[in-house]
Amino acid sequence: MNKLLLTLMSMVLLLWACGNPDQQPGDAAEVAQVSGEAVTEDQIASVEPMQSVDRLRVATTTSLYDTGLWGYLEPMFEEMYGVELDILYAGTGKALEWGMRGDVDVITVHSKAREEAFVADGYGVERVPFAYNYFLVVGPSEDPAGISGMSPEEAFTVLHDMAGPVFVSRGDDSGTHGKEKSIWVSAGFVYDDVRTAGEWYVEGGSGMGPTLVMADEMGAYTLTDIGTFLSYQSDLALVPIVDQGDALLNVYSVIAVGGARDPEMARNLVEFLVSPEVQQLIGEYGAETYGRPLFHPCAGEDF
Amino acid sequence: MSHLLEAARIALGMILSGDGVVYSIALRTMVIAVSATIISSAVFIPLGSIIHFSSFTGRRLLVSMIQTLYSVPTVLVGMLVFLLISRAGPLGGMNLLFTPAAIVAGDVLLIAPIIMGLTISALETGGRELRDTAISLGAGRGRMVLKVLSESRQAILTAVLMAFGRSVSEVGVAIMVGGNIAGYTRTLTTAIVLEVGRGETAYSIALGIILLILAMVVSISVNTLQHRRSR
Repeated sequence: MNKLLLTLMSMVLLLWACGNPDQQPGDAAEVAQVSGEAVTEDQIASVEPMQSVDRLRVATTTSLYDTGLWGYLEPMFEEMYGVELDILYAGTGKALEWGMRGDVDVITVHSKAREEAFVADGYGVERVPFAYNYFLVVGPSEDPAGISGMSPEEAFTVLHDMAGPVFVSRGDDSGTHGKEKSIWVSAGFVYDDVRTAGEWYVEGGSGMGPTLVMADEMGAYTLTDIGTFLSYQSDLALVPIVDQGDALLNVYSVIAVGGARDPEMARNLVEFLVSPEVQQLIGEYGAETYGRPLFHPCAGEDF
Repeated sequence: MSHLLEAARIALGMILSGDGVVYSIALRTMVIAVSATIISSAVFIPLGSIIHFSSFTGRRLLVSMIQTLYSVPTVLVGMLVFLLISRAGPLGGMNLLFTPAAIVAGDVLLIAPIIMGLTISALETGGRELRDTAISLGAGRGRMVLKVLSESRQAILTAVLMAFGRSVSEVGVAIMVGGNIAGYTRTLTTAIVLEVGRGETAYSIALGIILLILAMVVSISVNTLQHRRSR
């Protein structure tokens, strides 16, 4: 009985030692090889955190991903520097958190105050704005709240006071959500009161695309970046309702993370985005598909 | 309905045309799920057997806890693994986060309770009578254990297939620790999440159809193998 248990136990231990993927470099290499990617032994086996790797990780806000901008720029950078660019998309909040934990090397996000705090707290090297466009309040074409043409603050006040037509919030701690909060505040509201103001205020809790689809289904208003809206527009009945006002400015910045695995490659990516050639490509991106460019380049300008 | 027809048409098109991107995603999905299933089986079938054949206080409670974990939310497992292997976490130095190996590691943990728990159930169902018979016939403990294990293999195989099914179809772990990186950690399920978010309904359903076809191929081949061996 004891002998048997011992045998089984040692079998388990043996299997664990061979099979535990946390300790087994072969696994990653095997999986990666099948997926057609080269992974160096260094990257898998090393326990040294500060080292150069042949994969650079960028966490980007969803709008730069969903509009296809990163997919367009990625191969150019990869070819130029011979590095694999791993692009992770998430809301600005999550992208910043990944940066703080050192899980990504570069972030491209759009929330000025939080970016400045990120850099001030020593997590990022420098906040470098590289493109901008505008947010829009979109809604049903019949505009049940009658807010068309108002300033964003006025429009939000009307929505709040009517407490009827539905407004769908991202509610996900993203840059767009942050922008929405700041508009509520500059319109004179306390955001937590708005959140609980009634059934007209809906927290979607997902990315920009799903939020637009939700607003569309509900015949509701929502705040969106123009890029995502244009790329979804053909599937939606929503139209731009409010598109004027300083509060709607949407600036995208790139920040090299302080603890990047490969600080030099991270800096290369920042310089790539603000280089005149790429700035021009960013300024033209989307014109063919949407009839107008999605972004204005703004390297070197003060935003 | 039109979405479904469109999806079926797209899925068929992708399979027939040999769409390179979809094939590589499907292949990656299979490699990850199969690796996780093999590793988890190798560890947790023996562990489940040990639990079955031994008696100790708290054994029932342990089994109940294992069974409870059948329902552990995949995102929770993803979160835990993320915290472990994030660079700020205890295993951060291994650089596992956002790699296919990280998904395998998470899946191994995710399906461990299913493999362990169902192994225990399989042995209990198949083993009780056999155990008494074997012992009354004078078989030693060791031979009895081997006999019970061998008689229960069909049920254990079902456990392994269930575990494979959970691994291949889960999305919480894959998205949290894999990150859905195109060409590297994108699996069928995370691709579906992305395409659903983009409003690409038909394409998403088509990816789902491909996933089901893969699962079908696996279950049919395992069953055929089993059938052949038992004849």
